[in-house]
Amino acid sequence: MIRKLLVILSFFSIFSLSSLSAAEKKIGFIYIGPPGDHGWTYMHDEGRKYMEDALGDSISTTYIENVPENADAVRAIRKLAQSGHDLIFTTSFNYMDQTLEVAKEFPDVKFEHATGFQRTDNVSTYSARFYEGRTVIGHLAGKMTKTNTIGYIVSFPIPEVIRGINAFYLAASKVNPDVKIKIIWNYSWYDPGKEADAANTLINQGADIIVQHTDSYAPCQAAEKAGVLAFGQASNQEAFCPNSHMTSIEDIWGPYYAARAKAVVDGTWTSQDTWQGFKEGMVEMSPYNKKLLSNDLIAEANKIEKSIEDGTLHSFEGPIYNQAGELVVAEGEVADDGMLAGMMFYVQGIDGDIPQ
Amino acid sequence: MIKIQKRNSSSSLIFYLSPIVAIFLTLFFGSLIFLFLDLSPIESFKIFFIGPISNWYGLSELLVKASPLALIALGLSYCFKNNIYNIGAEGQLTIGALFGGGVGLFFYDSNSIFLLPTMILFGSIGGAFWASIPAILKTKFNTNEILSSLMLTYIALLILDYFVVGPWKDPTGYGLPKSRPFSDAGRLPVLVDGFRAHIGVYFTIIIAALSYFIFNKTLFGFKLRVTGFSSKASKYAGFKNDNLIIYTFLISGACAGLAGIFEVSGPIGQLYRDISPNYGFTAIIVAFLGRLNPIGIIFSSLLIALTYLGAEDAQLFLKIPSAVGFVFQGLVLFFLLGADFLNKYRVLLR
Repeated sequence: MIRKLLVILSFFSIFSLSSLSAAEKKIGFIYIGPPGDHGWTYMHDEGRKYMEDALGDSISTTYIENVPENADAVRAIRKLAQSGHDLIFTTSFNYMDQTLEVAKEFPDVKFEHATGFQRTDNVSTYSARFYEGRTVIGHLAGKMTKTNTIGYIVSFPIPEVIRGINAFYLAASKVNPDVKIKIIWNYSWYDPGKEADAANTLINQGADIIVQHTDSYAPCQAAEKAGVLAFGQASNQEAFCPNSHMTSIEDIWGPYYAARAKAVVDGTWTSQDTWQGFKEGMVEMSPYNKKLLSNDLIAEANKIEKSIEDGTLHSFEGPIYNQAGELVVAEGEVADDGMLAGMMFYVQGIDGDIPQ
Repeated sequence: MIKIQKRNSSSSLIFYLSPIVAIFLTLFFGSLIFLFLDLSPIESFKIFFIGPISNWYGLSELLVKASPLALIALGLSYCFKNNIYNIGAEGQLTIGALFGGGVGLFFYDSNSIFLLPTMILFGSIGGAFWASIPAILKTKFNTNEILSSLMLTYIALLILDYFVVGPWKDPTGYGLPKSRPFSDAGRLPVLVDGFRAHIGVYFTIIIAALSYFIFNKTLFGFKLRVTGFSSKASKYAGFKNDNLIIYTFLISGACAGLAGIFEVSGPIGQLYRDISPNYGFTAIIVAFLGRLNPIGIIFSSLLIALTYLGAEDAQLFLKIPSAVGFVFQGLVLFFLLGADFLNKYRVLLR
């Protein structure tokens, strides 16, 4: 019966869909959320548009949005590969296995997996040093908190997120040794309802600053409503919470995307790992809110940005101890990229355990 | 004034024709939507409904998507025929995946040929177990099964969360909430190498055939129909309604559990949090669109699966948002319910 069905349906195959022009390179994106999330996916979409503007007629772009991180992702990625896309960006960590699976089947198609760590001949990885921005907002939070309690909403206990918490805490406790952070694990990147609930819980527990490592603007809106301060994530979220938004850590993907697409157009693309921060412009701070922050504080924040950019400051400067009190980065040294990439421990001073 | 009046008799011909009517109305209003978006309706429909299955891979993907939908909907049809509204198939699927997947993880280095059958067995037991809770609550305490089965879905998802975040997390997974992969012996064989359609499709077809036989040729099927038509009548006939409720829930849960273990041992290969794109809920539409008839359900599952695939192609080739797939699902259901309503009632204007 099933074979019969297949035969019947295969008659439809006469309506084939290929109408590709050979000259322009096709570039596809897989998005975890909608471009309208005004956070993570929004910024990838901005990057896509930047790339289109930069490369003009030599490329065309498409995207598939709201792709769940399950078996559906394989089909979505494969669909891009099969429909003649030359370069495919999969823009969430959890697409890793699916990206590798499809990449194996399409050796001539180039893949770029955001925030991943597994590479092959046709799979590159790229990420931004978001933690550099965390150093800036940690400094501001340490200075601005009155209750010495910071609420921190996070997604998954993976190195990227833990690195952010540590960078934030190191900077905050440097200027305010009494500062405490309360952490809520949401186990999702984009769930505005849950993120708002988490923010309200933290505010009820005395947090007067809300920090997030999730994708929606709900936490910042909740902070605005409760009259406490907040930092935005991924894009400039000031519009959603003008009276509580101090700054946002922005992800700037456009120049990287344009460069990688150009490499495909020129035929020079090779598999590589990219990890860029303030210096290269992949991470930027949104304009500091002058209504909330004093000129001095804004000057300090700018100085931190500058020092990280020119290498005189590092987010992880020794001595750094872990929660057990063991020295992990010696005095005068900085954490190397290997340690940062696999960071699965809290630094001394952070309460609680990483969920195991 | 509009007045609604019950018809003396409703036509069974129209009952079976209404899905076709609903599909045509959906196509008509879908065309208007495409026109409104400045797209050619014919081109758009070609991309939406024919493009995704215009090659072997697409057909295989259609089966990957339709098979769990049909399997769950077949199970649900037992409940729905009995006028028992099991809305919690998503939870039963989740617990099925958890039970079966748990076996797979416990024997993660096994290459025994018995591993997969055991996983499948535990998958269906898990689903049936989860379905037994609303069934018992219903029969013992007369609890509304719509609420209890629905709420148990969220509990099931949290239990799965607990396991993949905690004890079953892959020790080499960098803290991500995913289990380790099942061994090759714990993976569902595919129908054809290089395609993802798996032997779950055979199970679905067998269960559909079996259900057709049960509904039409057995006393159990007759009891279901009588009870569904009037529970009082069935009591007069001496049928034990409580037993029927429990059996239908168990069957329905076992089917959802099977769909769950097929999904994780098939295309996914491990446990993680988002194993199902709401198959358990979408299957409700599939069951009703298929008129609770096993053959109808096979066709409706293919159609609904196609709306998912079409929505992906529509994004790629028409540059319209993914929500358009849900719009089509919603339109079909809306017109179907409308046709059913008008079949039972007449609307008088005066």
